[in-house]
Amino acid sequence: MLRSILLTALLAIAGIAPAVAQAPTVEVGHAWARATPGGAKTAALYMTLVNKGADDDRLVSVSTPVAGKADLHTTTTENGIMRMRPIEALDVKPGTPTVLKPGGYHVMLMDLKAPLVAGQSFTVSLTFEKAGKVDVTAVVEKVGAMAPGAMPGMKM
Amino acid sequence: MRRYSHYAVAFAALLGLFGIWLTGPWRSGGPRDGSATLQAPSIGGSFTLTATDGSTVTDQTYRGKIMLVYFGYTFCPDACPTTLNDIAAALAELGALADRIQALFITIDPQRDTRKVLADYAKSFDPRIVGLTGTPAQIAVAAKAYGVYYAPYKTADAPGGYLMDHTSVVFVMNEEGRFVATFTQDTPPAQMADRLRKLIAKTS
Repeated sequence: MLRSILLTALLAIAGIAPAVAQAPTVEVGHAWARATPGGAKTAALYMTLVNKGADDDRLVSVSTPVAGKADLHTTTTENGIMRMRPIEALDVKPGTPTVLKPGGYHVMLMDLKAPLVAGQSFTVSLTFEKAGKVDVTAVVEKVGAMAPGAMPGMKM
Repeated sequence: MRRYSHYAVAFAALLGLFGIWLTGPWRSGGPRDGSATLQAPSIGGSFTLTATDGSTVTDQTYRGKIMLVYFGYTFCPDACPTTLNDIAAALAELGALADRIQALFITIDPQRDTRKVLADYAKSFDPRIVGLTGTPAQIAVAAKAYGVYYAPYKTADAPGGYLMDHTSVVFVMNEEGRFVATFTQDTPPAQMADRLRKLIAKTS
């Protein structure tokens, strides 16, 4: 009797242990893309990455069935000159959300299989160095939207 | 020999672009948010381009209207759609007053931006935005007039093998074609509309 209680307790502890050690997890919020303007062959995907683990992590690759290719990019503007550059990975550190938004980081979707239409949603697979693969659903917002659910020309 | 002359032309072109970048008149402390008026007569000048309907457009075509001049390209997923949307939102906010304004989207990537692509793209934001293209030489002249820098950034990952670096600024030109202000990606549409409303009030 005592033995079985001990065994149960041990099993319970073993079960809890990984959670206590904080398995690397990244939560993805507000994944969205703009509807593509006519003639456009590319789109940008934005989201917020929150590292819920204890260690630094990195987003290393992105894929989605709607595009032939999905690359991590950063946009910088200096003296009015906009430069977009591919980046190898994106740091996701505990305590500070990594925000992908217009004018900063984005996932550039290339070779779109079809135009992205406002109101649609699609699956995105993110691969993190430690947290592994995370699948999320991205929502398509209106052409030129600045944030998920925001209206263009919104008064502030 | 022939090959060397190609290099010479390419080098001269690069040097020219670099010069434009260095001396771009709007670089010298122009209003970044469009909230101030700047005296910089050197921005703007003559150009000849082709609208998406095939008609020829010059700097004289829209005299009598306020011109919003923006250079960009359709493969641009981030900065260009953001700016064009801001323009569209500002036009929407101006209502009937928008008739006094002509927004122009000039491609700096004529190789990929055909008239058809450009037409579809521009009208997705607002059908009143006119897309302009031209020969590489014609576009270089227009860009130079506005002190706009553009250059391909080669990367195997991008469709077609390159992205474009370019000045992402909206130039506001008054009814006489004189430079008034710039809007940037940080200028909210409401602020653009406000600035344009004041400009229209001043001239009517």
